[in-house]
Amino acid sequence: MTKDIKKLQSIATEVRVNILKMLAKAGSGHSGGSLSAVEILTALYFSKMRHDPKNPYWEDRDKFVLSKGHGAPVLYVVLGLSGYFSTDHFDTLRKLGSILKGHPNSTTTPGVEVCTGSLGQGLSQANGLAVAAKLDKRNTRVYVLLGDGEIQEGQVWEAAMTARHYKLSNVCAIIDHNGLQIDGPVVEIMNINPIKEKWEAFGWHTIEVDGHNFDEIFSALDEADGVSDKPTAIIARTVKGKGVSFMEGKVEYHGASPTPEELERALKELEAVMTN
Amino acid sequence: MAEKLGTRDVYGVELAKLGEINKDIVVLTGDLAGSTKVSKFGKTFPNRFFNLGVAEQDMMGMAAGLAAAGKIPFVSTFAVFASGRAWEQIRQSICLPKLNVKIVATHGGITVGPDGASHHSVEDIGLMRGLPNMIVIMPCDGHETSAAIKFAANHKGPIYIRLSREKFPVIFDENCPFELGKASVVRDGNDLTFVMCGIMVHIALDAAKILNEEGIKVRVINSSSIKPLDKNLILAAAEETGAIITGEEHSIINGLGSAVAELLSENCQVPLKRIGIEDCFGQTGDSRDLMEHYGLTPEALVKTAKNILKKKQNNPSEKLYSPSTDTVLEQV
Repeated sequence: MTKDIKKLQSIATEVRVNILKMLAKAGSGHSGGSLSAVEILTALYFSKMRHDPKNPYWEDRDKFVLSKGHGAPVLYVVLGLSGYFSTDHFDTLRKLGSILKGHPNSTTTPGVEVCTGSLGQGLSQANGLAVAAKLDKRNTRVYVLLGDGEIQEGQVWEAAMTARHYKLSNVCAIIDHNGLQIDGPVVEIMNINPIKEKWEAFGWHTIEVDGHNFDEIFSALDEADGVSDKPTAIIARTVKGKGVSFMEGKVEYHGASPTPEELERALKELEAVMTN
Repeated sequence: MAEKLGTRDVYGVELAKLGEINKDIVVLTGDLAGSTKVSKFGKTFPNRFFNLGVAEQDMMGMAAGLAAAGKIPFVSTFAVFASGRAWEQIRQSICLPKLNVKIVATHGGITVGPDGASHHSVEDIGLMRGLPNMIVIMPCDGHETSAAIKFAANHKGPIYIRLSREKFPVIFDENCPFELGKASVVRDGNDLTFVMCGIMVHIALDAAKILNEEGIKVRVINSSSIKPLDKNLILAAAEETGAIITGEEHSIINGLGSAVAELLSENCQVPLKRIGIEDCFGQTGDSRDLMEHYGLTPEALVKTAKNILKKKQNNPSEKLYSPSTDTVLEQV
């Protein structure tokens, strides 16, 4: 666990390298939305969350739900690097019999709390985890990452109402606001703006941050801790495909994995970042 | 007058009792606490009771989260909303990870009555049966309901229990057991068998009495465990009696009848007739009138039984019914 920003940035780069290798080996998967969430998951798993990779069912652990389940690669890499399972599994993503399924599966992968993949269902499940924690009088938190296309799903707003109604102050939703979905920019497909105002209207405490800035991320996560009677939504402005110049801001890298040639180019870029 | 118990009333009482014994039980509903009778639990254990309002998808997702954290959620709404509105949530969040969620859906079938087609469910057994890892139970009386609810609380994994708006006659003892995958013979006979669930068990027993007067001895099986089915008991009935009629307050597509048809066609091909709703929606009406309209009556069963006996005695490949969209009454 560290609050050393330089160290965390270095971990983030390592996470990116592993995501790209994992996806290239798999030959399919979601590059853009995995890369946009790297700093968020790095901050949570390597610093903010109370958890024990050697004890995935530790009852006093904070929990994380990847509601945007197609971001599975970033979750798997972070879990593997944390020590939930051997990084040898990285090469098996999406292969028959692998513990790393196409979308997160709680029955096959240590560290995965619930099944996601069909968008819009994670926040409801996170609320359930949070209510259970309160019933058990545990001071633990539930973090849930949603996509900005994902919040087009009505169930998200049902869950938003529920979290406020049941005063789930232990729920912290983070919206990976990279502005893009499969068929194009979110504003063109089905405009979900204004995002902040929507969450506020649903009674949530809201914070806007640069989703690639660790200082801002931690400041927001810590602020969320202090909100006592309502849940918090952190709207994280991110870049889809962040860290790989030819993927950044590109719609087509939503559901695409890097070709061998693309992998080589990407790794060169990230290597340069490492040595700086 | 035979004693009648409302299966949902029994559920409400049993749930509150279980809540006292097991503190991990939590209850969720979608603005239907009164109709589903979970209100009793809600009043007794308000901090373990969650009304999600008119938001069934969220309700199922929250139940999944609660189960993932070790609680035992009982989730109740009408069958059409539980199985339909939230089908995908049940699939993705509950069945795929095999979470310990108990869906107790009331108002199954067409006896929902005056509310009409939007609120009747003729598809729910089929929708739930098709889900891997899901158990499907429809108890036929109040005491069996009690037993099924107790079973559900102790069983690990997803369960769907279908209850009714109607009161059913009591045929089982107060402390009868419920065994998963086990059906029960509620009347003996060797001329043909009725394999029934829910209200149709009682309709079948009435039909059996009428047929008995004419010397026709009908076996009646209560197939409350719809998935998994009691294959042995039903196949034994097929072999021993030579003809099967299934009955349910549900479409003849995908429900109990289909499950029995699947079993028989692969193992013991005797004449079979599925009685139920013939691939149409329910509609507004008094529940008695609706049962009559859709041919779910002892008299209709008697006619069907006589027809199937002809088929059994004559050439089994003889077609006794032409395909049509008419109701069962018009066909017989």
